[in-house]
Amino acid sequence: MTGQPGRYDADERGFFGDFGGRFMPEALVAALDELTVAWRDAMADPEFVGEFEAILRDYAGTPSRLYHAERLSDQVGARVLLKREDLNHTGAHKIRNVLGQALLTKRMGKKRVIAETGAGQHGVASATAAAYFGLDCTVYMGAVDVRRQALNVARMQLLGATVIPVDAGSATLKDAINEALRDWVASVDHTAYLFGTAAGPHPFPSMVRDFCRGIGDEARAQCLEQFGRLPHAVAACVGGGSNAIGLFTAFLEDDDVEVWGFEPGGDGVETGRHAATIHAGESGVLHGARTYVLQDEDGQTIESHSISAGLDYPGVGPQHAALARAGRAVYEPVTDVEAMEAMALLSRTEGIIPAIESAHALAGALRSVPALIERHGPEATVLVNLSGRGDKDMGTAIEWFGLGREAGAQ
Amino acid sequence: MSARLAFDRARGEGRAALVGYLPAGFPDLAGSIDAVRVLVESGCDVIELGLPYSDPVMDGPTIQAAAQQALDGGTRTRDVLKVVEEIAATGVPTLVMTYWNPVERYGVERFAADLASAGGAGLITPDLTPDSGQEWIAAADAHDLDKVFLVAPSSTDERIAMTTAACRGFVYATAVMGVTGARATTSDLAAPLVARTKAATELPVGVGLGVSNGDQAAEIAEYADGVIVGSAFVRTLLDHRDDRAAGLRALDSLTQDLARGVRR
Repeated sequence: MTGQPGRYDADERGFFGDFGGRFMPEALVAALDELTVAWRDAMADPEFVGEFEAILRDYAGTPSRLYHAERLSDQVGARVLLKREDLNHTGAHKIRNVLGQALLTKRMGKKRVIAETGAGQHGVASATAAAYFGLDCTVYMGAVDVRRQALNVARMQLLGATVIPVDAGSATLKDAINEALRDWVASVDHTAYLFGTAAGPHPFPSMVRDFCRGIGDEARAQCLEQFGRLPHAVAACVGGGSNAIGLFTAFLEDDDVEVWGFEPGGDGVETGRHAATIHAGESGVLHGARTYVLQDEDGQTIESHSISAGLDYPGVGPQHAALARAGRAVYEPVTDVEAMEAMALLSRTEGIIPAIESAHALAGALRSVPALIERHGPEATVLVNLSGRGDKDMGTAIEWFGLGREAGAQ
Repeated sequence: MSARLAFDRARGEGRAALVGYLPAGFPDLAGSIDAVRVLVESGCDVIELGLPYSDPVMDGPTIQAAAQQALDGGTRTRDVLKVVEEIAATGVPTLVMTYWNPVERYGVERFAADLASAGGAGLITPDLTPDSGQEWIAAADAHDLDKVFLVAPSSTDERIAMTTAACRGFVYATAVMGVTGARATTSDLAAPLVARTKAATELPVGVGLGVSNGDQAAEIAEYADGVIVGSAFVRTLLDHRDDRAAGLRALDSLTQDLARGVRR
């Protein structure tokens, strides 16, 4: 699963070029060191890797399918491939990360896990993994997100997790992370923090990437097997960036493959109400790592906005920041409107209701397809990570599209 | 002026130093200057001035609420430096306690220069350890500023040695594994941590997190060189939010209690 460090990997201190590292309270350094050693040992242990792969296969349902969306492809004039992470157990790529981290927790002999969640996907996945491994689970969730993701809150509770709403700050994902970190400072001797994305202090960005990299490894092999060639571009949505880095990692050394990340543009970057961190943020330190951050002149974090709670985060994983600066990946914003249009389009052309997060990736990819066709002709192929399914977002969709008001009107 | 001088003076009097924390800009800018002056006049030997930050991971709800009030009131980094200037003029060593991003954003070298010219003694950095803080260490050394890093009960002896070697002024020992906030009892983790820290350095060691009354201060003063109090001061002001004069009187009374505590 992990080979020799590549040119895009972090150094010993967790820096991807200028980004990453560990800017954390001393009280957590011992735990982060312990985690780093445990993770490295585990990934070098064939027994651990074998157990992880078996759980992913038998319980989570991977490899997820690579699907050629033919009706959509016909409509846009290029081949559109969807990596169906929405078909995984719990309905998103998140299950890969949490099963990896929870298996590591078990190996480290800890009995309790905590997690933060925005959309609730990571919370549901964490509660699921905790139930699977028999671990006590507490999930921190911004009070705003608790309201807009009520179904996922109920799912977490049914799975046996305690969900704690966080009222501080903007009452969204970043504040849930702060609260989870506070819990961890006080409970670190017996508690593991299942970090939800490829951000935060070292080793989380690298560790989460490694647990998610099956997305890209599978997609690359499936693409070669099913179509005899690599795609011309791979695309994913980027909030913190775990599904994106999981996909991108397999293709970074393929210099001919374009790497596209799509950030939440909210109402439009020009309005200030967005979460396009790489596009519009500046280098800073947030949640333990140097990365691009939405911040004001004084370094105070600016509240982000996205119609997708899962992307509503003012920071981004440091490896994405490094890939953007190096020019290896291109990151562009996608507005709420564009994402919702893509959600409807995929639903109606392919019968697949994507998560709004994933709809950002699809919208951005479709916007970029004409240029891809110019470069590669009608054989142009883009592989989009469909990171999650849209069930959890139906409340938003009902409101946005005015669904269900009058049966028959649609 | 280094905080070390205040610790040495207290030690010369056979007692621990009292370090008082309040966020700049809380309850408002002028109010914070009034409040910190009360701390100075009523017996604090060193002042720790909080730079309000949007994501204070190490702070509990009391200090976070105060910092948020300061931010909502428009407190800027440059305002914090003005408060430093006012307080340092009293002659009491004044350090800024700050999360790292506001300093990085201001410009590390520029921040060090402006802090020094405001008369500030240095920085306490809760989310910056020396192994990630080379830029700050260089700037602080260039401007003759204190570097106060934290040690924790979970720190290994090797990390305590590394951290104390990078400190100047004093060493901040976090007495509990947890965030800031007044606690009913002091921690049994504090004394062993101070002992391990003192084995590694000649620098004074201050103990923080949780102290709220003179009895607790006296208990800690038996083994530590300094007693650091924050949330209890903030709580006092929050409890009198509608009557500022009463809040300042309560602050005076609490500070005197704590000052007597470190002298027992």
